[in-house]
Amino acid sequence: MEHIVIIGNGISGVTLARHIRKLSDKKITIVSGETDYFFSRTALMYIYMGHMKFEHTQPYENWFWKKNRIELHKAYVEHIDTKNKTLKLADGGNLNYDKLIIATGSKPNKFGWPGQDLDGVMGMYHKQDLDNLEAHAPNNKICKRAVIVGGGLIGIELAEMLNSRHIPVTFLVRESSFWNGVLPEGESQMINRHINNHHIDLRLSTNLKEIKSDDNGKVKSVIIEETGEEIPCDVVGLTAGVSPNIDFIKSSNIETGRGVKVNRYLETNIPDVYAIGDCAEQHEAIGNRRPIEAVWYTGRMMGETLAQTICGNRMQYKPGHWFNSAKFLDIEYQTYGWVFSERSKQDYEQHFHWKHEDDTKCITVAYHKDTNEFLGINTFGIRMRHETFDTWLTEKRDIDYVMTHLVEANFDPEFYSHYEADILSAYNHQLQTA
Amino acid sequence: MSLAKPDAVDITTKQKVALALGIIGLLILVLALFNTNFPNKGLFLTIALGLITVGTVIYSRDAYLTKLEGIKNDGVWFKSISSRGVWGWIVGVILTTFYIVLYFYPQYLGLGVDGAANTGLISLFDPLSQLLSGRNASQWFVYGTLYTIAILAFGYKFILKYRHNRYQQIRTVSVMFFQLGFAFLIPEFMYVMNNNLPYYDLKSVWPLNYYIFDEWSVNGFLSNGNIGLALILFGIISIFVISPILTYKYGKRWYCSWVCGCGGLAETAGDSFRQLSSKKMSAWKLERWLIHLVLVFSVVMTTAMVYTYLGYDKNDFWLTRGVFIALVIGFLTLVFAGVMLFRGKELGKDAKYGAIGLFATIALLVIMHFTGTTDHVFYVKAGALRSAYGIYIGSIFSGVIGTGFYPILGSRSWCRFGCPMAAILGFQQRLFSKFRITTNGGQCISCGNCSNSCEMGIDVRHYAQKGENIVRSSCVGCGICSAVCPRGVLKLENDSMEGRINPTEILLGNDVDLMDLVNQK
Repeated sequence: MEHIVIIGNGISGVTLARHIRKLSDKKITIVSGETDYFFSRTALMYIYMGHMKFEHTQPYENWFWKKNRIELHKAYVEHIDTKNKTLKLADGGNLNYDKLIIATGSKPNKFGWPGQDLDGVMGMYHKQDLDNLEAHAPNNKICKRAVIVGGGLIGIELAEMLNSRHIPVTFLVRESSFWNGVLPEGESQMINRHINNHHIDLRLSTNLKEIKSDDNGKVKSVIIEETGEEIPCDVVGLTAGVSPNIDFIKSSNIETGRGVKVNRYLETNIPDVYAIGDCAEQHEAIGNRRPIEAVWYTGRMMGETLAQTICGNRMQYKPGHWFNSAKFLDIEYQTYGWVFSERSKQDYEQHFHWKHEDDTKCITVAYHKDTNEFLGINTFGIRMRHETFDTWLTEKRDIDYVMTHLVEANFDPEFYSHYEADILSAYNHQLQTA
Repeated sequence: MSLAKPDAVDITTKQKVALALGIIGLLILVLALFNTNFPNKGLFLTIALGLITVGTVIYSRDAYLTKLEGIKNDGVWFKSISSRGVWGWIVGVILTTFYIVLYFYPQYLGLGVDGAANTGLISLFDPLSQLLSGRNASQWFVYGTLYTIAILAFGYKFILKYRHNRYQQIRTVSVMFFQLGFAFLIPEFMYVMNNNLPYYDLKSVWPLNYYIFDEWSVNGFLSNGNIGLALILFGIISIFVISPILTYKYGKRWYCSWVCGCGGLAETAGDSFRQLSSKKMSAWKLERWLIHLVLVFSVVMTTAMVYTYLGYDKNDFWLTRGVFIALVIGFLTLVFAGVMLFRGKELGKDAKYGAIGLFATIALLVIMHFTGTTDHVFYVKAGALRSAYGIYIGSIFSGVIGTGFYPILGSRSWCRFGCPMAAILGFQQRLFSKFRITTNGGQCISCGNCSNSCEMGIDVRHYAQKGENIVRSSCVGCGICSAVCPRGVLKLENDSMEGRINPTEILLGNDVDLMDLVNQK
């Protein structure tokens, strides 16, 4: 029986394993050094905040794996011997495979800051990072202040986590406004204000110079690049993005760039070796996507697709319309299609922006300024229907159509106030004045 | 995690004061329980209930109004009371003890037996009962008052907790209204207007209200002219007409989380315990057996009870025993045939269990008809079946376990494992209703907040992460899964029956060809 070995038990690897099992009787083994069972990485924050316990983040009960004949092996992989099709494991064992899938996800970026490996400095990605945070910041008596470096999605989640235990947070953001490499200005600034409303000390256009140590090799303070200010703290969170977690592959002959290089079939340069999820890097980006897509949904989609190939129906990774979501403290964010920030948008991309006076809801609709084609929408504080926008994008609707039919896309709970009329009148008003 | 449980974040000074006020209020009740003879009972009762209410109100305001609107679940699994810690068990034991005393030893609460005056806790409530209905309090009046106070005070807390969510607010106002009006005040006023009428909480529908068809109850209604007749007709229409229509349009939530008193308490005072319900597959299996067994028990028990006070002779009344049994069997068969005709394919293996259940019930009824005598059914005294149901289901299951075990089993263990009304509504919700929880395409991140907060123990994530709508008979439509979802994935809605159940393997957002290939099969 063909033996499929998957390195990594995250959403990509587990989705792949589940789909291979549905399609075939192959022997499946998942190797992971992080945890015994699959858990939802995006839910780690809720454990620290006390909303859930670790076991609640596991989407399948422990009996699921045996029942579906998916073997789980807890170990880190040290080396991949592609000639003999063997994995060398850190626990000393070896594991043979017929087909190998690398799905090892990401690791937090470190940019060579002095003191970045001190005790009390951590990313927030792995289960181990959470354990580490729990040890260093159990409450606001042991951790009197935390400094977070890097204003992205994980940074703001870490700020929310620490805030839930009343630990004062200083949030260093390199950009002039939160996540404005991705978000258009109006949205980004609304989130700035929301962060401040949560009493988080947000420092924009601020870089970390170094992390200072006390006598025991533990974090004592950070120094700000621009001002030289020293901020005493007990924990430093490094959340300046992630990069593929592939150090153990470097000793093999699998081609890597920033990630494991794959073609559209998710195949590496070595036959029978594939890569999916955060750690895979496309030779050429697909459409407006990045070559490395470190997103939950894309990992899952790659797993769904590769299962077909592994089971004999060779298939390209051909994702549909882009979508994503996040939550910034209390404000939910969803995006469908492409809305780029001022920094990275093409000149044909025009925006219509509407913001509610309560400063917690806004939308930005992107359209082509010549053809009026609807390109995408960002929505904050108003839930919208994935299916509706997916259809509109496929049908290449124009912005007028989208604005007049927006109510069909509403996904807020029943009895919520509707803003479509307000949005439409703002849109019409803008047209008249433009 | 090798570390000890993190400390729950300390409560503020204001919250401590509020807590102290509430405890003083409770203390007055405890002192009364131990026969402290308060001089001015009306005054002390007002102070006690007032302090409990004011304490809860102040505590809630400080807990929620000092923060921005949003989900407020921080530390739920750290706090001893809401995570089966020491406080959880202590409260569980106290509540359980209270229910046992209430149902089986009311004399310890001070109930005056054989016309004697009330003493203790119950006598403290005499002035309020006199005010409302001109009679002294009973243990049920005390219980009803405390129950109502709990729903009102904790309902207020819940409204503040979800002050960004209008669905939650309106729903909570609804349960507060139905508890205060329908369960508490209206029955008292009905007594004032006509003190021969049996106690009737209009919103309590058979089979949850298992005593409505008792002989004393039916006689009570029938001997009171048109109003009595209207009331008992309303009781019958409630279950056979009103409830199917509303459940078809809105799902069982119209009752379970908008109207019902058990649901009302679970949603308000029980809210802190919702995450404790088990989401295991094994719990779901147990649930399906248990709740349907209770339903069969309640149908057989009610039929047997009505049967015993009907006559043999057509000349007394058209509804004789034979006609009645035939009607019941005919109705059950009709329901089963209808379900098989319209939903047989969808049910698959479950249809077999349904058929077995139906034939077991019919067999029981037939055996009863041919072995029953004037006062015996199933060779036991007719009343024994009814009192067994009353004790084991009505009191122990719904009260002692259902509410007493809030801090251990979660807030809806009765609704989930025992309530026969929930079983009927759920059956209909699963098969003939417009209600579903829609999953928003491919946006689920499997975080588990939805499953964690489901008081009915539904593994919501199991469906959401497959892009599948949630159409489960047990869902009471409380909407908390939708509220806590960080990615806006879940929406409760009433829409067409078409496409309501949509099993998928590949989620929206992937290659359309792949979706077609795998999903259309």
